[in-house]
Amino acid sequence: MSAKEKKELPSQGRKAWETCVDGLPERPQKFMTVSSVPIKALYTPDDVPGLDYQRDLGYPGFYPYTRGVQPNMYRGRLWTMRQFAGFATAKESNERYKYLLSQGQTGLSVAFDMPTIMGYDSDHPRAFGEVGRVGVAIDSLEDMETLFSGIPLDKITTSMTINAPAAVLWCMYIATAEKQGIPSHKLGGTIQNDILKEYIAQKSWIFPPEPSMRLITDIFAFSGQHVPRWNTVSISGYHIREAGSTAVQELAFTLADGFAYVEAGINAGIDVDSFAPRLSFFFNAHIDFFEEIAKYRAARRIWARRMKEKYGAKDERSLLLRFHTQTAGCSLTAQQPENNIVRTAYEALAAVLGGTQSLHTNSMDEVLALPSEKAVLIALRTQQIIAEETGAIYTIDPLAGSYFVEALTDQMEAEAEKYFERIEQLGGVLPAIDQGFFQQEIADAAYRYQLEIEQKERIIVGVNDYVIEEPRQLDLLKIDPQIEEEQIKRLRVLRAKRDNAVCGSRLETLRRAAGTRENLIPYILECVRAYVTEGEVIQVLRDVFGEYKEKPIF
Amino acid sequence: MREEKKIRVLVAKPGLDGHDRGAKVVARALRDAGMEVVYTGLHQTAEQVVEAAIQEDVDIIGLSILSGAHLTIFPRVCQLLRENNAEDIIVMGGGTIPDEDIEELISKGFARALFTPGATSAEIVGWIRKVTAEN
Repeated sequence: MSAKEKKELPSQGRKAWETCVDGLPERPQKFMTVSSVPIKALYTPDDVPGLDYQRDLGYPGFYPYTRGVQPNMYRGRLWTMRQFAGFATAKESNERYKYLLSQGQTGLSVAFDMPTIMGYDSDHPRAFGEVGRVGVAIDSLEDMETLFSGIPLDKITTSMTINAPAAVLWCMYIATAEKQGIPSHKLGGTIQNDILKEYIAQKSWIFPPEPSMRLITDIFAFSGQHVPRWNTVSISGYHIREAGSTAVQELAFTLADGFAYVEAGINAGIDVDSFAPRLSFFFNAHIDFFEEIAKYRAARRIWARRMKEKYGAKDERSLLLRFHTQTAGCSLTAQQPENNIVRTAYEALAAVLGGTQSLHTNSMDEVLALPSEKAVLIALRTQQIIAEETGAIYTIDPLAGSYFVEALTDQMEAEAEKYFERIEQLGGVLPAIDQGFFQQEIADAAYRYQLEIEQKERIIVGVNDYVIEEPRQLDLLKIDPQIEEEQIKRLRVLRAKRDNAVCGSRLETLRRAAGTRENLIPYILECVRAYVTEGEVIQVLRDVFGEYKEKPIF
Repeated sequence: MREEKKIRVLVAKPGLDGHDRGAKVVARALRDAGMEVVYTGLHQTAEQVVEAAIQEDVDIIGLSILSGAHLTIFPRVCQLLRENNAEDIIVMGGGTIPDEDIEELISKGFARALFTPGATSAEIVGWIRKVTAEN
């Protein structure tokens, strides 16, 4: 065969195939991802023309980390199976944690109730009807001690989904460890502490952006010195996606937030390599299998390149995008809820093939209520089946080199870069929030998705097709309304028995410090050690910092 | 052709939860269906919701609740409407609300209809047109 023939054969092959396939009928549906990105019938080397293995993929554990952040990935250690849990009171949640740990779960993840998330004590009028409903109610160090009673905090890692008041809950955790005789430098875990995505999507804010960012950089500095194993921010795309964004928006907005934290740290005078290694990420695993895998791979590559090239990070650990994943709550259906087990399994597999460091699998009943114990167990078993039975994890990043997956990864990266430019043009993340840019982009995507379902351009099994008459719902977890009263009673007893003079003076010291540029963490820690409540600390900060107000758009 | 008065709807997010995807999608669908829609934004108290409803002279209030606090918030809004002689405003809602609680809220008159995950905007629009015509 001559050189000329060799070169022409593939294109002749392609032409023949195209002619052939053009004559074949296609089903009338739109072939697009869950993010409405059109997908071609076939991907070939033509779709990844410039792919350079060393430059674009590299080896796992090596720059640009597209294939994973550890050289041996799951052959060394499995991902952490971390089920998000928390409901009612600290005592009941503590029992659920011990149960999960006894079933082979390897890390804890605390869900707080809405009053705790918004910085209100359980007896505040705004807390009425919401105590212990969507998570555990924590008012003071006393509740935190109960929450981790009998759980050695130097042996497990704990993730806490808390944002606006993260500094306060983090201090309570540190103080609880002190009571267990464990010094802070031995603690490992994560606080979500990602206020930017609160303004963008999750909407649980308290203070305006500027003082909120200051609390975050205070945490960076304190952690660097005293809690070096702590992940100080879990930069979250999860909520952005749940609010209705596309996969690219999730990727781009999350990384943009990440870069904003890096810039805030640098501007606060902290060396990038002293805090960047403790930044971690939290992504969604939606139902579109390949799109999600491409998203995780693109995320690692973008982060590494920017951290190195733009922010001048020297420590390799600053370049690593480590992430937690949760399967998509918004992909689950109230109809035929058992089908959610299947959805979650595919989503979990995508997260694992995308190289996640930890994973929460949703329970089938989470679309209806907090999960029951049986549903949680099935969700955990889903991860264990992937790990132990499927064989999907024995080799690292098994989809690398797939024309489709590499093309999709490149496409995601390119689209994300376009968003970075637009955000830059708006003046950065905070001005873009202020102009409602992210909020509008997400609302538009959510509305388009809903219309696609209603117009049956997109089929959701059991919702707009394959519908059956169903009996009543599954057995759901019920939160006893009595819990609110009991929690309020406990809080009142605490207020009566603690040293209120000490509490008052520590709060005043905090108030004074809040008006300066001092690091606030030591002051907050002093408050919580004296059993000052979360609501009391937040109220003092609210007095000094003010409150955030959003312009509602839809 | 007789010009019909536009249906006025207040879409409200009472309570502390920040899940506004559903509320915003519904608000937009109602607007696209030709209704006048006012969206309160997040973290409203029952008092703020009722005040806005009266001030905006709406025909209907839609409460979106995903925090599990529906059994306290719906009765509270109804009570405040009564106290303000605004019982003619129809209360409906949506969110993560278990079947049992839906039955309770409807049977006690705290909500005229509740739409849960999977409901279409066509259903909601159709229902609002029907009940406001009856009113």
